[in-house]
Amino acid sequence: MAKRIEVSGLHAYYGGTHAIEDISMTIEPRSVTAFIGPSGCGKSTFLRTLNRMHEVIPGARVEGKVLLDDEDLYGSSVDPVAVRRVVGMVFQRPNPFPTMSIYDNVAAGLKLNGVRRKSQLDEVVEESLQGANLWNEVKDRLGKPGAGLSGGQQQRLCIARAIAVQPQVLLMDEPCSALDPISTLAIEDLIGKLKGQFTIVIVTHNMQQAARVSDRTAFFNIAGTGKPGKLIEIDDTSKIFTNPEQKATEDYITGRFG
Amino acid sequence: MSSETGVEATAGARHRATARRMSTGRAGDKIFVSAARGSGIAVLAIMAAIAVFLIWKAIPALQDNKANFITAEEWNPNATPPKFGIAQLAFGTIVSSLLAMLIATPVAIGIALFISFYSSRKLASFLGYIVDLLAAVPSIVYGLWGLAFLSKHMDGISEFLNTVLGWIPLFGGDSPGKNSIFTASVVLAIMILPIISSITREVFLQVPRANVEAALALGATRWETIRLSVLPYGRSGMIGASMLGLGRAMGETIAVAMVLTYVPGINIHLLEDGGATFASNIANSFDEASATGRGALIASGLVFFTITLVINMLARAVVARRKEFV
Repeated sequence: MAKRIEVSGLHAYYGGTHAIEDISMTIEPRSVTAFIGPSGCGKSTFLRTLNRMHEVIPGARVEGKVLLDDEDLYGSSVDPVAVRRVVGMVFQRPNPFPTMSIYDNVAAGLKLNGVRRKSQLDEVVEESLQGANLWNEVKDRLGKPGAGLSGGQQQRLCIARAIAVQPQVLLMDEPCSALDPISTLAIEDLIGKLKGQFTIVIVTHNMQQAARVSDRTAFFNIAGTGKPGKLIEIDDTSKIFTNPEQKATEDYITGRFG
Repeated sequence: MSSETGVEATAGARHRATARRMSTGRAGDKIFVSAARGSGIAVLAIMAAIAVFLIWKAIPALQDNKANFITAEEWNPNATPPKFGIAQLAFGTIVSSLLAMLIATPVAIGIALFISFYSSRKLASFLGYIVDLLAAVPSIVYGLWGLAFLSKHMDGISEFLNTVLGWIPLFGGDSPGKNSIFTASVVLAIMILPIISSITREVFLQVPRANVEAALALGATRWETIRLSVLPYGRSGMIGASMLGLGRAMGETIAVAMVLTYVPGINIHLLEDGGATFASNIANSFDEASATGRGALIASGLVFFTITLVINMLARAVVARRKEFV
């Protein structure tokens, strides 16, 4: 259910702009890997190359390799749609389908995969909402619109929607930055629970959050405006936050810049 | 405000400053409020004036009418005694515009989807321009085209529909013709295509990026993304757009008047020659009408006005129905 990701020599571009340069790293299964770094350093862009969401932006392209248990996501015969079915994503702003009920939001991915049987849908919807720690709050109003929930609940709904299709990997792009501290805590708890099942990659601006939830942390930086973002180092979270190899990492986590 | 605290400020300067402060925005507010209120009242007054005028002119003719104004199919207000009813006109108007809407809406949505999601940027702006250009063609030109070109080439289609779908009364009849309600509907459909497709396109442009990405990230194909994110979001907009198209089709006068050949009486065989709409009837008969005839036409205009109003209200009701989800 969870797979290892191996990235090698990855570059991403927006039209003529070189957004990230030569990134190589290994992301371990059943663990949480956090990406930190200053704004504009390419961590979100890099995250989006891991499920081929980068290329949906007009003019955007990617070079390099992303192996998901030895299969190259950028192989010529690979369908990006198929990639996104195994690598799920949660966005910065909760984005439930506004015209759908809570139930339909969670069931949306299953229906795309051709699941039609009501009993099976019911079961997975309940399981996923349980998995996202949301079931108890919404079980009596599954038919109500998902957009009527609070921000934190909507974000957990989006997580439920992403895990309902049983992805191998779950990518989270600053999932808490639009949420209040209580909802943030709820999501962090959830991340701790989900890593038993999935490979989780989370982009965050909040270094305490990275320290709290992740097993490994990658620090990205940018040499200057207009320059591509680079991976500075990736290591165990405890090491990054106490004794990083690179001076730039230390400067960043101690707040000397960024 | 603090400008007058300077010790060197003269009394005159202070006075001016105070006056300016007193007047800040307030006169503007008053003018704006009365202008806005005046515009609002003007709209109501114009509507009321139109309604009063129509009723006032229609009443004498309606009193002279020797037939049932609502159910009679004949239109002979200039005869003695005058006999006229709107049944045929209402039928022609509603059926031709509904049919036009049914033909135009799927095509228009298809155009909008293609331009917004499938074509390259260059092709998209070119196509968008061409579609908008359709709206700029004067309706008299559509009428000429419908009469001189389209109606001549409708035989084949009409006969085909008559043969294949003849078991449906609307497509039935013995002599499918050229100057039929069906031909008029096709002309109308082309005329309302631009408005429906450009509004639909606007609506699609407003679909939040986040909704589209939500679907893509779930592993939706392009069509599935459209189905999950775009169509539900744009639903009210699409209904609104097609209703606006319906409204335009109903009001269209000259092209329909040119295409249709008047044959008295309601004919549900839409492929056969004949039919008339409120607007085409007014355009065709106003000049030669007697005083009663004009009153009768105005009375039909009053009914037309009411039908348009009802259609608009229905459209709004449909759009408002799923508010909870949008």
